[in-house]
Amino acid sequence: MNRLSLFGLLGLVIRRDLLLAMRRRADVLTTLVFFVMVVSLFPLGVGPEPEMLRKMAAGVVWVAALLASMLSLARMFSADYLDGTLEQMLLAPQSLSVLVLGKIVAHWMLSGLPLVLIAPVLGLQFGMSFQGLWVLVLVLLLGTPILSMIGAIGAALTLGLRGGGVLVSLLVLPLCIPVLIFGTGAVDAVNTGMTFIPHVALLGAMFLLSLVFAPWVTAQALRISME
Amino acid sequence: MQSYIIRGYFITSRQFNFMLEISNLACVRGDHQLFSGLSFSLGAGELLQVQGENGSGKTSLLRTLCGFMQPAAGEIHWCGRDVHELGEEYYAEMIYLGHLNAIKDELNALENLRISAGLAGCAVDEKEALAALRRMGLRRREHLPVKVLSQGQRRRVALSRLLVGNARLWILDEPLTALDVGAVGLMQELIGEHLSKGGMAIFTTHQPLQVAGVETRQLMLS
Repeated sequence: MNRLSLFGLLGLVIRRDLLLAMRRRADVLTTLVFFVMVVSLFPLGVGPEPEMLRKMAAGVVWVAALLASMLSLARMFSADYLDGTLEQMLLAPQSLSVLVLGKIVAHWMLSGLPLVLIAPVLGLQFGMSFQGLWVLVLVLLLGTPILSMIGAIGAALTLGLRGGGVLVSLLVLPLCIPVLIFGTGAVDAVNTGMTFIPHVALLGAMFLLSLVFAPWVTAQALRISME
Repeated sequence: MQSYIIRGYFITSRQFNFMLEISNLACVRGDHQLFSGLSFSLGAGELLQVQGENGSGKTSLLRTLCGFMQPAAGEIHWCGRDVHELGEEYYAEMIYLGHLNAIKDELNALENLRISAGLAGCAVDEKEALAALRRMGLRRREHLPVKVLSQGQRRRVALSRLLVGNARLWILDEPLTALDVGAVGLMQELIGEHLSKGGMAIFTTHQPLQVAGVETRQLMLS
């Protein structure tokens, strides 16, 4: 028996959550199918005019990504909470923040990364330019982890509450507005021939800020929820 | 002899003898005071049974000892230091098994044991984990998904955590739930071995649990 290092622990949590998701694939597919469906509904609703679709593509993809990432948030800690695993995590002789970071990374790989990968295909549906697609993928790559991190705080705060699933969306969605603004702003900038760097830089700053604080805040929220 | 006392040696040796010391502990749940002024200490090789009616605060006491709940008053010391100060150092020395098994239906017994031990900070290799599961009477069940096991077998998977790792303090909340006679005997054997290695255990149960050669101390909550 050996003591696990922090990175060993981080890897273990990520592997565990991915393994659990592989044994329960429906949950992962739900998020992805929801995302594709919401995005595809827009052209049906607003009409097939190519110019208008091209203009609103980034916004539609972002809003759909935001809603899709809300779907799986309620599940982030609830299964572990119900079967007692979360209790054991709180008793781990390592920092709880590291365990939480592992869970956030796994959550992003299962609910954020698939959206990033499928987004260019949906962007093509809307007739987006090649450069627009490229920037869209870049900002989604930076933005979806932020959604997972802010979402983790909300999920931890609403743990064990009745109707927690709806409550977490109400709590988290307003906090995600800056991500939405700069995420769509970057693609708009490209479309209007301006530089997208400032938007990406701000998203990067938000990413780093949440990377530093979100695991810690989530860990504190989990301790409060367990009392 | 005198110098011993002056240098505080007497106190030090006492601290090592009593590793877990609870003084004046009070617990409040909602508006209801469960217990107050609770003091006891537990040393190496000692076994403590917490008794009391349903709702008398047995689980709350154990959860307070784990740090899930903040005590309304009083202190918990481990080896002479406050457990809140010790934090992760204390957690490395204790293991808590509650009402919930903390195992995943989708994983098999072996994966469950290795992962839960890993979350508790110790990497267990496959051989060691298999040996622990076989000791718990789960031979030929190691690779079955836990969801096809019976309640008693799931409990055995959860209890096999005790066999890997080197926690000195075992806190067991109703460990015998759903266990058959053979498994209860095995648990008594395991607790006996743990105590003889200088470990200590606190447990609650409504079933009789006798460990050979060890006097079980009783704590009555009313």
